Amino acid sequence: MGAAEWAIIGLSAKVALAAIGVALPLAFAVAWLLARRRFPGRALVQALVNMPLVLPPVVTGYGLLVLFGAQGPLGRALEALFGLTVAFRWTGAALAAGVMAFPLLVRPIRLSLEAIDRGLEEAAGTLGARPPVAFLTVTLPLALPGVIAGAVLGFAKALGEFGATITFVSNIPGETQTLSLAIYALLQSPTGDAAALRLILASVVLALGAVLASEWIAARLGARGAR
Amino acid sequence: MSGLEVALAGGAGGFAVEVAFSADAGVTALFGPSGAGKSTVLRMIAGTLAPRAGRIAAGGRVLYDSARGIDLAPHRRGIGFVFQDGRLFPHMSVRRNLTYARWAGRRGGGRPLAEVVALLGLGALLERRPATLSGGERQRVALGRALLADPALLLMDEPLSSLDRARRSDILPYLEAVRDQARIPIVYVSHETDEVARLADTVVLLQAGRVVAAGPAAELFARVDVSGPAGEAEAGALVAGIVETVDAAYGMARVALSGGAIEIPAAGLAPGRSVRLRVRAGDVALALERQSGLSIRNQLACRVIEIAGGPGPHALVSLALGRQRLLARLTRKSVDELGLAPGRPVVALVKAVSIAPPGAGRDAD
Repeated sequence: MGAAEWAIIGLSAKVALAAIGVALPLAFAVAWLLARRRFPGRALVQALVNMPLVLPPVVTGYGLLVLFGAQGPLGRALEALFGLTVAFRWTGAALAAGVMAFPLLVRPIRLSLEAIDRGLEEAAGTLGARPPVAFLTVTLPLALPGVIAGAVLGFAKALGEFGATITFVSNIPGETQTLSLAIYALLQSPTGDAAALRLILASVVLALGAVLASEWIAARLGARGAR
Repeated sequence: MSGLEVALAGGAGGFAVEVAFSADAGVTALFGPSGAGKSTVLRMIAGTLAPRAGRIAAGGRVLYDSARGIDLAPHRRGIGFVFQDGRLFPHMSVRRNLTYARWAGRRGGGRPLAEVVALLGLGALLERRPATLSGGERQRVALGRALLADPALLLMDEPLSSLDRARRSDILPYLEAVRDQARIPIVYVSHETDEVARLADTVVLLQAGRVVAAGPAAELFARVDVSGPAGEAEAGALVAGIVETVDAAYGMARVALSGGAIEIPAAGLAPGRSVRLRVRAGDVALALERQSGLSIRNQLACRVIEIAGGPGPHALVSLALGRQRLLARLTRKSVDELGLAPGRPVVALVKAVSIAPPGAGRDAD
């Protein structure tokens, strides 16, 4: 593989990691709200979270363009508050990947939170643990398998995200051209078949590696629980 | 040592509770049938369920006072709670579970870990995971974990109800050891007469969310007008005594009581040990004079104090045995044919085999 291909893989990894890094804490908070709180509009939040899963990715990408484009209200706010431009930048690709992966992060985390016996947190309280301490020592470790499952699933989704990304930030080599976009571009060119194949193999290896890593972590956690 | 004072009104799910009681060091049993509100009261003391009004003070601290607007969060109440189902943290070793209050709850180190481990026989379990423990082991760990929180008050919600009968009798000696070593009030919720008879110093009898009787266990169990959750058929008095001699050849022990002595199966007893025996009313027969040629080993000279009989065929006879009380459950027909009446001397016949292996009595101190 040439330097250009390595650069594409590096960019894809950077985009996917940034997407999951930012989306994971948010997804945990939303999953916690959905699992533990009954509030008006809960069904609406649940539906909104799942929208990227059911909408055509192109539509999600267009929505992002309208909201986060250079002239979009959220885009201007980000620019003004943090000096952060997402339109046609790798950060925009990360944003698109994060939004598309979000429902895949929330679901397993919510399920693992729902499976935790609330009585254990009550027990932690009777032993003198303040609620944040009980959360860190009991709730979070017990939800960890769900967090890991969500993170891996989300990472794989972010790595392969295509429709929303190309609609939102276009296909700019070196900036927003991630693996899927590069493969697509190479397949359009009469001379790109060999390079496309190398990238296809690379994405298979990355996805397989992520799944194996998550299995390994889950198995270790499981062994710790059963010993 | 200051004890526990509870006066509460409240409810959960359309179910009303209104109770008041106080407790000193030792075991106070909240005793009553399922649905009497025992666990509700316990959860209100722990702070995991809000009462409507009232006051709770333990160890000289006010935990809850509706009039003064005090309502400490559970983690600030300084309690230990042993749950019915143990509630051990599945992702931690037994050692981490035991010391949880130390490293996560910032509770001071009153009792050394080694002491609690020895008291409850947990030495071999320390590095195990809760999933690999038996039900009895789990409850022992839960008990140790609560003790290591250095509570001013220990609350136990039917800690033996998830165990089978054999396991229960394995755990009871540990509960007795905790009762005798932890010099704090212990509130013990149960609907099992045998457990309460064996462990409780004081009994608070609850029915439909209200206290129907309360007092020292021996007094309460001897009353003819109060029956426990199992009903009159399970009535029985508690007698305390000291093991005098043990006949190793027959495996029998002779226990000196106020007003007599009783022979029972020895089951690991040693002379000098104080014991508490529960003598079921249904296992006591009465005669007007001493009998001979009987297999029944215990003939105790008593005096009739009171006879309670309803319209049914049964009567409950309260007897004075020295300073203690016995109960006998007879038919009204027998009462009439023997001419039993208050003040009448009688001989109580008690089969040795009818008496369960005793728990350790509480030494007066």
